Amino acid sequence: MNPIRKAKKQEGNEESRRSRHHRRFLVSWIPNFLLIFSCILVFPINSSFAAESVVIGSKRFTESYVLGEIAKRTLTDAGIPAEHRQGMGGTIILWEALKGGQIDAYPEYTGTIATEILKGDPGMSLDQIRQALEKLGVGTTTPLGFNNTYALVMRRSEAQRLGIRTITDLQRHPELKFGLTHEFLERQDGWRSLRERYALPQQNVVGIDHALGYGALANGSIAVKDAYSTDAKIEQNDLFVLEDDLHFFPKYEAVFLFRSSASADAVAALHRLEGTLDETRMIRLNAEAERTKNYASAADLYFNEGAASRPQTSGHSGRSHFGESFPSKLTRWTLRHLQLAGFSLLLSIIVGIPLGIIASRGGAVGHVILGFAGVVQTVPSLALLALLVPLPFFGISVRTAIAALFLYGLLPIVRGTATGLQDIPRALRESAVALGLSPLARLWKIYLPMASRSILSGIKTSAVINIGTATLAALIGAGGLGEPIISGLSLNDHVTILEGAIPAAVLALLVQWCFDLLDRVLIPKGLRL
Amino acid sequence: MSALVKLEEVTKRYGDAIALYPTNLSVESGKTTVLIGPSGCGKSTLLRLIIRLIEPDSGSIQLDGKPVTRDNIDALRRRIGYVIQEGGLFPHLTARANVLLMARHIGKSEEETHHRLLELSELTRFSENLLLRYPAELSGGQRQRVSLMRALMLSPELLLLDEPLGALDPLVRASLQKDLKEIFTRLGQTVLFVTHDLGEAIYFADEIVLINEGRIVQKGTITDLRERPAHSFVSEFINAQRGVAIV
Repeated sequence: MNPIRKAKKQEGNEESRRSRHHRRFLVSWIPNFLLIFSCILVFPINSSFAAESVVIGSKRFTESYVLGEIAKRTLTDAGIPAEHRQGMGGTIILWEALKGGQIDAYPEYTGTIATEILKGDPGMSLDQIRQALEKLGVGTTTPLGFNNTYALVMRRSEAQRLGIRTITDLQRHPELKFGLTHEFLERQDGWRSLRERYALPQQNVVGIDHALGYGALANGSIAVKDAYSTDAKIEQNDLFVLEDDLHFFPKYEAVFLFRSSASADAVAALHRLEGTLDETRMIRLNAEAERTKNYASAADLYFNEGAASRPQTSGHSGRSHFGESFPSKLTRWTLRHLQLAGFSLLLSIIVGIPLGIIASRGGAVGHVILGFAGVVQTVPSLALLALLVPLPFFGISVRTAIAALFLYGLLPIVRGTATGLQDIPRALRESAVALGLSPLARLWKIYLPMASRSILSGIKTSAVINIGTATLAALIGAGGLGEPIISGLSLNDHVTILEGAIPAAVLALLVQWCFDLLDRVLIPKGLRL
Repeated sequence: MSALVKLEEVTKRYGDAIALYPTNLSVESGKTTVLIGPSGCGKSTLLRLIIRLIEPDSGSIQLDGKPVTRDNIDALRRRIGYVIQEGGLFPHLTARANVLLMARHIGKSEEETHHRLLELSELTRFSENLLLRYPAELSGGQRQRVSLMRALMLSPELLLLDEPLGALDPLVRASLQKDLKEIFTRLGQTVLFVTHDLGEAIYFADEIVLINEGRIVQKGTITDLRERPAHSFVSEFINAQRGVAIV
């Protein structure tokens, strides 16, 4: 062999090594994704929900958080391991979670139980309620001691200026704008019945988050809002509670609901809370929670002021999460966030690419696939979560959050894959066929690499959407960076909101950037010229 | 002289439009047969039927005495080389990887394929230094040379060329024509060549097949077509291209 030939032969070998490497890379790019994500997922999803501990749920407002913390402390002080899943959502979500066994107990109000849960008469007696709940496998404590009924509130100055003292007085002021919580707008004993009973003429009624509503009231965007009678904000914002002169609102006495199957010890511990909290005390605890932005410290107040019968405790048990430093909290939120977004993205990729391949062939099946993925995308993310919650297997869990995110992530990947494949020129498809490559080899060696840019861009879109949407997972107790955002919303605390919002935005940018780098590795060089 | 490819009563229609009326054709082994005719006359359809990119509506196609069916087509395709106007090179693969694609797929040894690759680059006058380039880094003429190498890689019995020089500028085209003809002669290759250019047809053809509106109008040498036209269309077609037809 002459020297030139030899040199060329070496060059050829070098190329064949490169090419083999390249092929190996293509063949392994999906397994690589699996690897990257499984690294993130090693952090086990259900680590914080150890099976044997009693799980307390709470609704998404201050008082419920505080009661949840108090219950958790009471249980742990009695030597029963307990978890508190904060701010999981509204009545229906908590009730479904209780029935479904995702939580063992949560604080509820008698009026809500009678009308919303049992669909009965708001005047039901506690005995009637207890009997009805028993049939459903749920027990209740007797009232904790305070009545947190609904009330309508206005700025004190404006109420005085307009001479409004009672709800009946509102009839004379049809121009007033109402800002009501979504739950109050929808519930049976809420706005519709109230309007009918008092013949209220106001047309300008908007739905607004409870905590944000106080801000809206303070700056005059709304004139009237619904509130809870033990709400610390009433004092803080100098609001005036309109008298319920027709006695419309039923009693909303706080109780704990628990699963009948819960351990006798746990039930006994919850019963010890009965009659220990009057309204003044509850308002003080609520005010403490909002002042310190710390539910555990408000719960501490309950125990330290505590009934003499209750032993003083060291107070460490309720602090596990709240005593945590910010970097450690941020790490915990971010890891969970990445798990949620990463695992759902992985599922979207595994399911989306094959669906995209099928869809690229057009025909009825292709239309159905693209249509379905498109329809899922148009369902608001919050509604999708809410739709999944009542289904068996899902409920209030990380599973539900991942399933919703997975469905959301499908469309960009399916569409990216289908478009990428359809955009391959006919001449090249035919060349692959004419060479005699088998259908699978054509797909794997020719079509998918040629569509890689479009597929990756679909995956990138999906990843960024998932990072954003995963903040909603906190609404159903799945954690992540949405946790501070939602706590911040219910505390009306901008700093806390930003603690979640900024890292989520940074994460989305980082993910985008990582995918841009990944493009250079995964898109064959020949397509980038 | 035996027929390598034989079409019997083959027809093809697209919806209402008839692309090919019942057609019979034999392609002789070791010869270059040129299919010529105006755009849309059915000449490319004939080629695409042979390599089964489209299914015939009726009739049979035989390769080397064996009927071509859906089941044996992938094996038969490996015995046929196919080059199209735009080259059909895969943009994500280097020239080398394009050429070696099938050989690797069917598990030929690296040594054997490498040897064949060097042979082909010499045959097609394609510089080995360019083998590591991607199609986007090659000129139109270079791409067609790579495409030809890819088609010849597995030493096919039949080479199908669908206007392979149609997109090239005249100088490159002339030099490729010369090289192609040399290659066919050297390999004793059976070639079915589609063009709409009479000059090119005359240059390559052992036999010319003139097609119009889905039918074979006449088959023979250029002398047959000139001096014994089977139809007035034959003379019209030849006269229309007289400027280039004078050889």
